[in-house]
Amino acid sequence: MTTSRIGHIAYNTFREAVRDRVLYNLIFFALLLLASTPLFGKISIGLERIVLVNLGLTAVTIFGMLISIFIGIGLVSKEIDKKTLYTVLSRPVRRWEFILGKYFGLGLTLLVNTFFMAVGFLAALLYIAHGFQRSDVQLLGALYFIMLQFMVIIAITLLFSSFSSPMLSALFAFGYFVIGNFAEELRGAANLLDGVSRAIVLGISYLVPNFTAMNVISQVAHSEGITGALLLQNSLYAIFYSAAALSAAILIFENRDLK
Amino acid sequence: MSAIEISNLAKTYQVGFFRKTEKAALKNLTLEVHEGEIFGYLGPNGAGKTTTLKLLMGLMFPTAGTASILGRPISDPQVKRSIGFLPEQPYFYDYLTARELLEYYASLSDVPAKERSSRAQRMLDRVGLGGAANTQLRKFSKGMLQRAGIAQAIIHDPKIVFLDEPMSGLDPIGRREVRDLIQELNDEGKTVFFSTHILSDAETLCDRVAVLNRGELQGVGVVADLLAETVGKREVIWEGASTALDALGTKVKIVGDIARTVIDDRQADAAIDAIRHAGGRLKSLMPVQGALEDYFLKHTEPGAGAEVKSE
Repeated sequence: MTTSRIGHIAYNTFREAVRDRVLYNLIFFALLLLASTPLFGKISIGLERIVLVNLGLTAVTIFGMLISIFIGIGLVSKEIDKKTLYTVLSRPVRRWEFILGKYFGLGLTLLVNTFFMAVGFLAALLYIAHGFQRSDVQLLGALYFIMLQFMVIIAITLLFSSFSSPMLSALFAFGYFVIGNFAEELRGAANLLDGVSRAIVLGISYLVPNFTAMNVISQVAHSEGITGALLLQNSLYAIFYSAAALSAAILIFENRDLK
Repeated sequence: MSAIEISNLAKTYQVGFFRKTEKAALKNLTLEVHEGEIFGYLGPNGAGKTTTLKLLMGLMFPTAGTASILGRPISDPQVKRSIGFLPEQPYFYDYLTARELLEYYASLSDVPAKERSSRAQRMLDRVGLGGAANTQLRKFSKGMLQRAGIAQAIIHDPKIVFLDEPMSGLDPIGRREVRDLIQELNDEGKTVFFSTHILSDAETLCDRVAVLNRGELQGVGVVADLLAETVGKREVIWEGASTALDALGTKVKIVGDIARTVIDDRQADAAIDAIRHAGGRLKSLMPVQGALEDYFLKHTEPGAGAEVKSE
């Protein structure tokens, strides 16, 4: 059955990540950074909470993004290089099932990873603030948006790795992440231009994922709320963007000769 | 019904970055493998054996031609339920234990969940890895990996098993074990299609073989029939009168009083007469046993077929 095969591939991808030492190194550094955030807070008197939320959520984003990209680039290429894919695709597994299985497997890895980092972050916050405020619920919204960013970047990494080398895929995906964080600034800049250059900059700003809208770290650090409309808009945007990137990855992979 | 039917199958690669040129890895291959036979697919390195297997497994797409397995085109996903595949020099998920690996592959082959564990253990016992079921594959030797590879190829009880160079890199004991396993699979009624360049294995095991060189089929048939091409000669051994057959122009080896040479079948009567006439005593006149190696070398020598890339 299709869904069960996707599930088995996803679980195996998750199992591989969990048994990989690289992942633990990254998580260790992320937790170390989170543990040290109270120290940064103490330097900025009166701004402890704001600094902690900013630093903590940025650390969750960056480390998660690194894990997404560095595991993501090997999801397909490693299976081809080591020929493990041959024994998978010679079974009743369709190529699109394999891609989706890999996508959800890494997604699950990031979900578990984000959960542990979020627990570390909230523990640090509890240590500093000696309790939670009602507005801290917004932090969960920010973490949800971070997770949405991971799902989009995994889809993009899979797309790049379906046709290019791991190193190039990592560069492309990282470039997308950085530019995506300035998507709205790019749109603003495009309005200052005209002619072809305006069209090009505007085109790029719409092509890259709009991570600006998903980055509410500064907002929640200042205890500002996240609207329901933004929640819905970002959720739909992430679903459609990921679906488009995955469809393109599948289209390329379906026609690829595995030499 | 044929187990495998291949018709004019061809694969051409584009090579080069800026100035692309075409290289034919497989040219118009037409082949039929019958159900229940052990079929050997022979050829030197780069002959196109692995390309053929990848095309049949749907890992590559043919440039031309068609192929079907058990009457269904290879593009039909249902075909995959009936086949098992062991790639050349297999590498498996080394973070898994042998049992986890087999259970994973069983799940991908739609083996019911309640059967996976028992079937995995049975397969591991069968290939002699029962004691290493809970060992991670990264600790396996090459021979153990090859055996795990065979276990994964048959975990879902396929009707046809494709093995790409299954004896490659194994020691004599390992080769013997794999050979016995192939024979056992065949005894159970499975069709076995295996590629190899180890001719003695093919000669021992195969009902029929095909010889491929530089992407072109050189011959296919029952091993004995193919060997008939290389025979038609007799070995003559006689005592005394060592120069008796000089007139036939063959190379004579002499050890003490005993002379030995190989002649064509049609020269047999003349040779007997000549030895008697010279006063020698005929000790033996035996047909020369043909070897698959002779056939193979005859059809795969450099220059035979067109130039191709690698497999």
